[in-house]
Amino acid sequence: MSETAVESLRQWVLRQAGEQGKWLETRLEALAAGAPESELHTVLGLAPRRLGKADLILIAEDLRQAEEALPGWRPDGWSIDGAARVLALATFRGERSFAETFKDLRRTADARELVALYRGLPLYPEPRSLAFEVGEGLRSNMIAVFEAIAHHNPYPSMHFDEHRWNHMILKALFVDSALADIVGLDERANPELGRQLLDHIHERWAAGREVSPEVWRCIGPCAIEVDAMEAFERALAGKSTERAAAALALVSNPSPLADALLATHPEAAALVAEGQLSWDTLSRHEVA
Amino acid sequence: MFIDPHAHMISRTTDDYEAMAAAGIVALIEPAFWVGQPRTFVGTYVDYLSSIIGFERFRAGQFGIRHYCTVGLNSKEANNEELAEGVMEWLPRFALKEGVVAIGEIGYDEQTALEDKYFRAQLLLAKELELPVMVHTPHRDKKRGTSRSMDVCEEMGLDPSWVVIDHNNEETVDETLDRGFWAGFSIYPSTKMGTRRMVELLKHYGSERIIVDSACDWGISEPLAVAKTAKLALENGIPEETVRKVTYANTLEVYGKSGQIHESDWLNPPAIDQRTLYEGNSILRGGREPLIEAPGSRNRDNLIIE
Ligand SMILES: [Zn+2]
Repeated sequence: MSETAVESLRQWVLRQAGEQGKWLETRLEALAAGAPESELHTVLGLAPRRLGKADLILIAEDLRQAEEALPGWRPDGWSIDGAARVLALATFRGERSFAETFKDLRRTADARELVALYRGLPLYPEPRSLAFEVGEGLRSNMIAVFEAIAHHNPYPSMHFDEHRWNHMILKALFVDSALADIVGLDERANPELGRQLLDHIHERWAAGREVSPEVWRCIGPCAIEVDAMEAFERALAGKSTERAAAALALVSNPSPLADALLATHPEAAALVAEGQLSWDTLSRHEVA
Repeated sequence: MFIDPHAHMISRTTDDYEAMAAAGIVALIEPAFWVGQPRTFVGTYVDYLSSIIGFERFRAGQFGIRHYCTVGLNSKEANNEELAEGVMEWLPRFALKEGVVAIGEIGYDEQTALEDKYFRAQLLLAKELELPVMVHTPHRDKKRGTSRSMDVCEEMGLDPSWVVIDHNNEETVDETLDRGFWAGFSIYPSTKMGTRRMVELLKHYGSERIIVDSACDWGISEPLAVAKTAKLALENGIPEETVRKVTYANTLEVYGKSGQIHESDWLNPPAIDQRTLYEGNSILRGGREPLIEAPGSRNRDNLIIE
């Protein structure tokens, strides 16, 4: 748990809370001082009624602070009520274990609350004890809930084992959720995931469906190991986004074989070399 | 633009959502009820309530329909005392969730002592939490059951202007309106009310405190009932303003007392919602004319599935 991150969140919420700030501060004090769990339910329930549902207003300096406190954490896109809910939960010191409290909240949460609960993951105490709860969130059909865990959230890269990590990536692809917003995407690339994604690509090709250009990003680093060169060749001869993605992915692989393959497609290689291509632009282009 | 203030979408398909959106439904209310067979664990009931405040709202949002709900212990399951006690313990946790616009649908089925006990307890809860109430009136011994429901609401100190008495018919409407309650009419084939009869009622009673809903659920029912009633009413010379009130504005007025449903939710949704839980309504976006089409009709003859 990052004390600094919680403190930053507290400042952002209070500065936007206006005259409701006093109410929130009093409640937070009570929550920190061992108020019963029913008090937590009340604060979470009242948050949108008291504070409204506007977007949380953050400036560049706030985002820099967020990144410093918790690398990868980007709370832009949060709402004021969601931020206050996370703050309340991160501040609460109850008698039960944190995971039990969380479970109880999750079971009775409305859609908006679920998003808030999961966005707060990297700020809670006892993060490892939440493994089961996180699994339930990842399995949700509500894309917003899945993305509350997967996007701009450092929790997965910090705490997921390889199996869970890989399944999060696969699910993101299946629900058309951007991979570029997943924190630690390149660092956590692994051959097992590379193999799964290669199978995924072949399945899509067989069905005559599009392949997300972002897939190549996670295969690139292990392209040789998972025997992906033929697939890369096909992609380099494909549509423009596919060509660009394959080229970008090959650059991430240090092997001379990757260099050699890229060299056979000079115009794709040139695009990368000119710095016109990046995963961010490719992902927005495709997903937006 | 219509609101269906009574629709059990948990039992309906995506075809229905699509057809409802195309017909101009911008919002609906899903009352907690039974699901066609009794639940035998408190946990299944809790998960049901969690579905209608969460997943069902997400499903509706994908089709550009705003989803609200009511929570309550229904009259049929009130007869299982062990279950009922458990549900009553959980209910306050759900009653103040976002988009919960009333306690409901509650009331009588067979008019047993247990039904009476939990009806009263929930009326008290609604009063405490300052929430409107949606009352389900019984199918059997309806007239007396409806009177009794209103008696009990008054006995428990509820303001009739906060209570919708639903599933009215020609026999119950006078008393409901005379006593100051809102009168809901469920346009439900074969059992409750039909569109032609509804148009006659509108001719006679006008729009004050009258609400039209579909009550569509797991039975043979009609998710387009509100849109169809509106169309038939206009064709029969009912004033536009009357139609607007009974298929839209009255619902907003009574359930709006909860503070949980606002026209701006669909006319001017917050950015954060549009990114997460609500896709926006194509009729509102494009000014497209609403269309009444049977659910799934656009796909039925298309052999290509991609
Ligand atoms: Zn019903």
